[in-house]
Amino acid sequence: MGKVLAWVDDRFPLTKMMREHLTEYYAPKNFNFWYYFGSLALLVLVLQIVTGIFLTMHYQPSAEEAFASVEYIMRDVEWGWLIRYMHSTGASMFFIVIYLHMFRALLYGSYKKPRELIWIFGVLILLVLMGEAFMGYLLPWGQMSFWGAQVIISLFSTIPWIGPDLAQWIRGDYVISGATLNRFFALHVIAMPLILLGLVVAHILALHEVGSNNPDGVEIKKNKDESGKPKDGIPFHPYYTVKDLVGIAVFLIVFFTIVFFMPTMGGYFIEPPNFKPADPLSTPAHIAPVWYFTPFYSILRSVPSMYGSAFPGVIAMGLSIVLLFFLPWLDRVENNPVKSTRYRSIWHKLLLASFVVALFVLGWLGTQPVTELNKILGRTFTVVYFGFFVGLYLVSRFEKTKPVPERVTH
Amino acid sequence: MIKRIALIAALLFPLSGFAAGGGAQGAYWEQPNVNLGNEASLQRGAQLFVNYCMGCHTAKYHRWMHVSEDLDIPADVVEENLIWTTDKTGKKDGVGSLMTNAMTKEYGEDVFGKQPPDLTLTARSRGPGWIYNYLRTFYVEESSPTGVNNVVLAGASMPHVLWELQGFQRPVYAEDEHGGKHIESFELVQEGSMSPDEFDRAMNDLVNFMVYLGEPARMDRTAIGGWVLLFLVVFLGFAYVLKKEYWKDVH
Repeated sequence: MGKVLAWVDDRFPLTKMMREHLTEYYAPKNFNFWYYFGSLALLVLVLQIVTGIFLTMHYQPSAEEAFASVEYIMRDVEWGWLIRYMHSTGASMFFIVIYLHMFRALLYGSYKKPRELIWIFGVLILLVLMGEAFMGYLLPWGQMSFWGAQVIISLFSTIPWIGPDLAQWIRGDYVISGATLNRFFALHVIAMPLILLGLVVAHILALHEVGSNNPDGVEIKKNKDESGKPKDGIPFHPYYTVKDLVGIAVFLIVFFTIVFFMPTMGGYFIEPPNFKPADPLSTPAHIAPVWYFTPFYSILRSVPSMYGSAFPGVIAMGLSIVLLFFLPWLDRVENNPVKSTRYRSIWHKLLLASFVVALFVLGWLGTQPVTELNKILGRTFTVVYFGFFVGLYLVSRFEKTKPVPERVTH
Repeated sequence: MIKRIALIAALLFPLSGFAAGGGAQGAYWEQPNVNLGNEASLQRGAQLFVNYCMGCHTAKYHRWMHVSEDLDIPADVVEENLIWTTDKTGKKDGVGSLMTNAMTKEYGEDVFGKQPPDLTLTARSRGPGWIYNYLRTFYVEESSPTGVNNVVLAGASMPHVLWELQGFQRPVYAEDEHGGKHIESFELVQEGSMSPDEFDRAMNDLVNFMVYLGEPARMDRTAIGGWVLLFLVVFLGFAYVLKKEYWKDVH
């Protein structure tokens, strides 16, 4: 065994990589609940790829066959229903895990210097994931697949001058059709997953270069012992591999409870109209995107049209995500190097809380039809959403922070 | 940590409860009792479905062999009593074929204005409550081309195909405080072969079968799920003990 390993190590840095990323990667010992979601995101990614491969074996990407082939998987393919439910539940769980993972970064300032690039790679992962989920949702070719895609792609046609041509270029047709389905299939199973995997590798490499942040926002590399190991660090393997195993077990219990006992999650994970085949001639009474897009969809709907164009809403929706890229600089690090919310002012805590409330309210509104009250609520909380970024820029300049401890608290 | 997990679970759970379908619900509205463990009910439902629905509607995403296996009806009984279609050469379809019917798209469009929809997934898109109340609330309306109208789906182009069983009924209106009229209940004007209670039970059987038809996997997914969760709970126990052991020396 040792000889084989030596043979490989002479030709490939296997042991070196294991050391760098697992057995000698020192992570702070004070990780809490919020630190489970990184490894869980990786687990869901693997689950989606594996279940996706099996679905591809039976799915037919054509307008005539797609809907029937999904039902074929649900009925005639051995265990097909399980694979399909794991994939559809996995899509929603991916967003839950990623949103919680991002909230952790906000909570403990993990996006701040020197971790700006980790954060940027992360936001890129979110963007690609959104594209991946959007294109995947067209594939079952149900009513919501069709009309959801219709609404989102028509957003591009609001762009001045090039809009209509751009939308037609994306669809490959004048309307959503078999041509659109085919290219979305290609992008969903090949292009997006490839980009996603590349970004995930970059995200982890960047993390391992600068080291993990922690709930205290203390840099553990500042306190090393004689042998050069961080005093507050423990090797990722075995300590965090066994700890994450506990997180994985809890996560899988939640995951499989949904898969086996409530696979449509009451219409939130699989919407009831999607059990009708796509029909270009009949528009559903109420088109709502899947829950993970609803906060952004609400922002889109809340911004009033100008000169008869919905473009301002599209810009606002785009901005609501693009602003995330600038977070490391909006939270002014020169004035305020404190990372963790634990040692920041009450103003910062209130801002973060209002941001979370805004996301929940906007998310709920996005599933509802527009009423007068909903319109007012939507506009109010759109302002609160953007207010977070403005507020962070102002608060970080003047805020009175508490003293940060030298070492992590455990 | 346990408290935090409970908190997250509490945050996630209200997500469920997005009623499928819906529609005008009045005093007449009743919820069916869906129970896929009741095999006799599913078999009676299958019989009703074939006799009363499949003349015009298909269930083209499902195969007869699954009905045979899942509902414990021998294949030859299914072939003799439930399958009435042939292939292109005129040979009678077997249990391996899909649940189609003999009505062409053109004929359907000609007669009903629109081809009668496929019913495989109706229980999933509309919900069992919608189907149950739709089937029970056909009422006499002389001005309509079919002689009946429906409360749940006003202006439905489907005639009252179950009249033989239910008979014909008229709505009884009630007035609310604003002077608006709404349907309170129904009274029979012509009796069918079944009493109202028998008819409701028959419709419950039919809905039960359509819920099965919408998601055959529902027959065993909860049972399998129980074992999977049991395994995961045991696994969690071992993982937790392992973590405790390793973390003893972290101070």
